[in-house]
Amino acid sequence: MSFIPLPDPDPDILKRRAQIAKSLAKIAPDAIFIEDEAGREAYETDALATYRRLPLLVILPSSTLEVSQLLAYCHKEHIQVIARGAGTSLCGGAVPTNDAVVIGLSRMRRILDINYQNRTARVECGVTNLGISDAMSDQDFFYAPDPSSQIACTIGGNVAMNSGGTHCLKYGVTTNNVLGVKLVLMDGEVIEIGGEGLDSNGYDLLGLINGSEGQLGIVTQITVRILRKPEMARPMLIGFNSNKDAGNCVTAIIASGMIPAALEFMDKRAIHICENYAKVGYPLDVEALLIVEVEGSENEINLQFDHVRDIVEKFAPKTIRVAQNDEEAEKIWRGRKSALGAMGQLSDFYCLDGVIPISRLADVLGWVDHIARHHDFEVANVFHAGDGNLHPLILYNANDEEELLRAEACGAELLRLCVKAGGCLTGEHGVGIEKRELMREQFSELDLIQQTRIKTVFDPNWLLNPAKVFPLTAPGRGGIEADIAEISMPGGESER
Amino acid sequence: MSELLLPRDHKDLGDIITKASEDKTRLEVIGENSKQYMGRPMRVDRTLSTRQLSGINFYSPEELVISLRDGTSLSMVEHTLRHEEQQLAFEPIDYGHLFGFKTGQGTIGSVMACNNSGPRRIRTGAARDSLLGVHGVNGRGEYFQNGGRVMKNVTGYDLTKGLCGSWGTLCVFSEVTLKVIPRFETCITLVLQGLDDRLAINALCDAMKSPYEVTGAVHLQKTPVTLLTDPKISSLGTSLTAIRLENFEAAVRYRSSKLRTQLSCYGDVLEFGEQQTDSFWQDMQHLKFLTQSKTPVWRVSTAPQNGPILVSEIERVVPVSAVYDWSGGLIWLEVPATSDVSASDIRRSLAHLGGHATLIRADREVRTRTEVFHPIPGAIGKITRGIKNSFDPHHILNPERMYAGL
Ligand SMILES: Cc1cc2nc3c(=O)[nH]c(=O)nc-3n(C[C@H](O)[C@H](O)[C@H](O)COP(=O)(O)OP(=O)(O)OC[C@H]3O[C@@H](n4cnc5c(N)ncnc54)[C@H](O)[C@@H]3O)c2cc1C
Ligand SMILES: Cc1cc2nc3c(=O)[nH]c(=O)nc-3n(C[C@H](O)[C@H](O)[C@H](O)COP(=O)(O)OP(=O)(O)OC[C@H]3O[C@@H](n4cnc5c(N)ncnc54)[C@H](O)[C@@H]3O)c2cc1C
Repeated sequence: MSFIPLPDPDPDILKRRAQIAKSLAKIAPDAIFIEDEAGREAYETDALATYRRLPLLVILPSSTLEVSQLLAYCHKEHIQVIARGAGTSLCGGAVPTNDAVVIGLSRMRRILDINYQNRTARVECGVTNLGISDAMSDQDFFYAPDPSSQIACTIGGNVAMNSGGTHCLKYGVTTNNVLGVKLVLMDGEVIEIGGEGLDSNGYDLLGLINGSEGQLGIVTQITVRILRKPEMARPMLIGFNSNKDAGNCVTAIIASGMIPAALEFMDKRAIHICENYAKVGYPLDVEALLIVEVEGSENEINLQFDHVRDIVEKFAPKTIRVAQNDEEAEKIWRGRKSALGAMGQLSDFYCLDGVIPISRLADVLGWVDHIARHHDFEVANVFHAGDGNLHPLILYNANDEEELLRAEACGAELLRLCVKAGGCLTGEHGVGIEKRELMREQFSELDLIQQTRIKTVFDPNWLLNPAKVFPLTAPGRGGIEADIAEISMPGGESER
Repeated sequence: MSELLLPRDHKDLGDIITKASEDKTRLEVIGENSKQYMGRPMRVDRTLSTRQLSGINFYSPEELVISLRDGTSLSMVEHTLRHEEQQLAFEPIDYGHLFGFKTGQGTIGSVMACNNSGPRRIRTGAARDSLLGVHGVNGRGEYFQNGGRVMKNVTGYDLTKGLCGSWGTLCVFSEVTLKVIPRFETCITLVLQGLDDRLAINALCDAMKSPYEVTGAVHLQKTPVTLLTDPKISSLGTSLTAIRLENFEAAVRYRSSKLRTQLSCYGDVLEFGEQQTDSFWQDMQHLKFLTQSKTPVWRVSTAPQNGPILVSEIERVVPVSAVYDWSGGLIWLEVPATSDVSASDIRRSLAHLGGHATLIRADREVRTRTEVFHPIPGAIGKITRGIKNSFDPHHILNPERMYAGL
């Protein structure tokens, strides 16, 4: 049990399970159906594993046409649908309900086209994030947004969550790197939005789809912008005597007019946990660590490091170490990217994702520590400092119900703190079920209804992943709003 | 025509639109004192100008964030940023020249309403990519906000992007918060001369494929070159293909020498002097390569490699003058004032090449007959209508500015 309720399943749908499965199998005979309980269990949760529900049925289609046919049936029969990529969502985005059909997209993983001259690639939604870059690495090209889960997570999931990563400081997040999608609407209609050009035609629907958490449609194909790799990239490790010095140094680097390719922060606990796990040679005698990555030719890199050093010196660094070759660079990043995995081996943890204005970094880190202590928890901080995206990891015991409740309460207080500091609840992981009931911290009823109306435009019956994002009592949730339907133009007199 | 509606703050704006919504008063939304406009001609009852909603809310240079009231003039924004050695990443296009007005008159709100981006868009994103948050009032009179002031934000749907580029048909912004970037230390322009369109676009795409972070990639046919400001450039007498590098001094020097070698297969690679560089890119931002006449102008967006194909298809029918930005993906096309100003030819080509075309300049009468914005297919049309109805159910904000019946 925990704070966040999931709606009760519709008993009528549960009763009709066998018949629904049979009808769907007839509609999409080539799709893979997972009907037995053991099989379905693999789909009952995502990376927010404290929440789980056995889905009604799991179907793995292999084409847009199949997705469209499956959705059309579910629309007609009023059955809820949850799209699923790799299930790495940290906010419960892919957690089903008992009466929902899960459409798993992992089989749709073809790279359809790579056009180097136009710098675009068209891929199916189930291709992994890293799979895209791997497919073009022989040409020295890459797809820029790089979530730490990139080995596993799918590009479809990335679009749904508008995912970020360590290099988004320089290259932008998913929405800045997607040019087009093929989208299957809940009624089965297939639409193409955007394409190989840089501009959208009409309203920016692509902007709405990115980050819509699988609520507006199922994305089956994606056209992404691809980039030439820099000649070289080198990280610099800088150790500090306090979180505060490191935080202030981040602010100073950005204020100096330089935007590094990545600027990551780790506090003492995170450094020790990562080092212990990955053995990459992080200094253990420091309170906080920054990883600053710069790109270019060898000379350009050295000049940028000189600039960084000039700034860093003002914050009395304890160590400064520059990766001398690819191997050393890889090691530094391996340590950082293994953070969540390493943490998972040690303890259950609850990963937050709030964002704050970077000038508040040093202050807010102090408060985070204070709040965690107040709730009697240890917290490790490892995050994207350059854009103010905090990831406090609350260490707790998930088998202890009382502790879980307390961890959630602590998390909620930390997120409120981010909003109060001028920031937001989530920078890249999404709202899902986890932050659903906190949305009112950031939005008024009027702010929320602008959004729920958009959901209603795309999915009038709220069948796609409906239990997420908006508080269960949010205005406009769940229903057809009469005034979104057609209203005729008012007649008029004057003409200009 | 009754007097201009001039809200002084967002509350005023909310009251005005609430009243208009109750009375079904149709509003034309403008920023500055625009007398002539693009888009479909509209039938409206009143005009609402945001020009008194002006001023800076806050500017935090050390965080690269500025928050502005909507009617703030673009020249004031650019001036303020320059003072801190910063700039807008997306280099907004200034349409003043095109319509025979002074430049620098537009408001930041209208730039956002039109998602209006210049040459650097290929590297640092469009206006929508710089927009962190908005406040505004929709056609129901509801005051709302979306996004915020921080660099990353996936809390709820990204209406901010959805509203950017909606031409004032969904809401009236009262406040926008933008990400800005540092000004670059050095800028160099490499130039190739006399290339035909296809070869030129290949050269630009090759430059874009390099690791040197090109921030401008444009090609001008021979005629538009003659319209540029700097006489040394306008008198060249050839087509002109230009590649811009912006960075710190040493990086730009190194990269330009590398690129020169790479591009030498396309001919002699020249370099503009500092003055010419400034003048040239300002001309690009101010569309100085277009005539100051009434000749119809199209703005076409497609995949870079398809740009020259499109132009050659239209050239088979009528003589045109073309300028390519975004390494070929954005084309400014001046066409003769035939009865449909080449709309059907352009759109037929785009049907197989992919992309869309907007009629930027044409007589009012032509804009009544011709779809100004690219027609959208059925299912997307349904969603577009749904979105319009959700924000502005009585169609009182810029009615039919983009599409008939919306
Ligand atoms: C160890 C670890 C590290 C992580 N690091 C990062 C990080 O650095 N940055 C970051 O941003 N995130 C990170 N995440 C979170 C997660 O990986 C991302 O949210 C990712 O984009 C989810 O992709 P997925 O394929 O696993 O999607 P899922 O978890 O399967 O689904 C996520 C959401 O997307 C929807 N969805 C999935 N596919 C589609 C589709 N084709 N069409 C429509 N909707 C769809 C689902 O309905 C659900 O709402 C991390 C997660 C883990 C476990
Ligand atoms: C279509 C068009 C017409 C132009 N006409 C003129 C002109 O008459 N005079 C002139 O000096 N320059 C004109 N220009 C050039 C001008 O210098 C720049 O284009 C500038 O960006 C327009 O500024 P503005 O404030 O006058 O915009 P406007 O022409 O008033 O507005 C452009 C678009 O933005 C919308 N808009 C404006 N403010 C808001 C807001 N707060 N919220 C939501 N939507 C908003 C309008 O409804 C309109 O659709 C025009 C440019 C364009 C693109």
